[in-house]
Amino acid sequence: MALTRANAVTAISGTIPASFVANATVANISAVPAAITTGALTLLSTQTASSSASISFTSGIDSTYDSYVFKFINIHPATDSADFSFQADTGTNTNYNQTMTTTTFRAFHNESDTNTSLAYIAGEDQAQGTGFQNIANDLGNDNDQCCAGTLQIFKPSSDTFVKHFISRFAVYKDSDFIRDEYCAGYINTTTALTRVQFKMSSGNIDDGIIKMYGVS
Amino acid sequence: MAQSITRLSGVNSLSGTIPATNIANSTFDNITALPSAVPTGKPVLLSTATASASSSIEFTSGIDSTYDIYKFEFINIHPETNNVKFTFQSDTGTNTNYNQTITSTDFISQHNETGTTTELGYAIANDQAQGTAFQPIGQLIGNDNDECAAGTLQVFQPSSTTYVKHFIANTNVYRHDNYSREHFTAGYFNTTSALTRFRFKMSSGNLDSGKIKMYGISA
Repeated sequence: MALTRANAVTAISGTIPASFVANATVANISAVPAAITTGALTLLSTQTASSSASISFTSGIDSTYDSYVFKFINIHPATDSADFSFQADTGTNTNYNQTMTTTTFRAFHNESDTNTSLAYIAGEDQAQGTGFQNIANDLGNDNDQCCAGTLQIFKPSSDTFVKHFISRFAVYKDSDFIRDEYCAGYINTTTALTRVQFKMSSGNIDDGIIKMYGVS
Repeated sequence: MAQSITRLSGVNSLSGTIPATNIANSTFDNITALPSAVPTGKPVLLSTATASASSSIEFTSGIDSTYDIYKFEFINIHPETNNVKFTFQSDTGTNTNYNQTITSTDFISQHNETGTTTELGYAIANDQAQGTAFQPIGQLIGNDNDECAAGTLQVFQPSSTTYVKHFIANTNVYRHDNYSREHFTAGYFNTTSALTRFRFKMSSGNLDSGKIKMYGISA
């Protein structure tokens, strides 16, 4: 039934037909009002690689958030055995050569089940180096090969402390291994970092998505 | 239209408009909070504590069955005293002993600034076997002006009255002797009582500065 007036008074009873109501079902609602805080992880930017020499995040990195999380979805290199790497810079500079001290270790296992290991990887770390830091190594470029993972940078806007970072990646290695790669360290500057760049050690980033989140 | 609902021609169908003032949440944007039963899948910031020459930092409310996972983030934890450990413990109810029984593991990866030393190894000094001490989650932290530690700690279902409470921590430390040192600490609180509070402190001296944030995560 529709609405009826009860006993000729102003009170009414019944049901408002759904056709008279905007958003009559929950399924009609397609977005959450801006006033609602849905969580502390805010997506700030998404970039999609397409034969890209590098991908840079040059805005939105400031004191708004205490830490920034990057998520890497199916990063696929153009060149076989390439390493996926990152660096940071300050202000509007584009040198991407900040000083870092870092650690790297990995677990791996091959598809033929003949090789496993957990070990520190001295060749991938830096001691006050200014190079791009490898965070995923020896990526295969077969059609189905890629890597995925996360990188968190703590308080890049600090002008007092160094900037710690922690990353972890799963890598489909060129020679058909799974690698679980861990990298951490600090960018040894007390100047605020404002930008981060990702690139391969050789060749382009053929495909993949990088998302940057701010953590409130 | 000035009027509200009117009866149309003496029949049961009605026409007109219900004034917005007569409707709670008359527009979608009037809604400012989701019911707690709605999981967003994202961490929800519950509390932020900022250290300022603090002997310890406690989180004593908001830890209950509302969330399945509680995650702490450590932003630039700077000790007053050189070469100290950053530690935590928990307690039940309104107790303040912070001496729950823990069995834990800790391993580290480290590298010094001169490039002469690297290590991946188990850190036996930081584990506990049914111990009740504060659990280290970062060791050898320097107190130079730019030295600090940062990272995360997750505690799983602290409200459980059936299971032990697992935790996993991952921090990176600027060592007092100029190493980058990453810690991987995990373990369980060996109690089936609900944990309701957590305390963080240095092994010696104050938390000179830094920020600790507590998030709730619905599974």
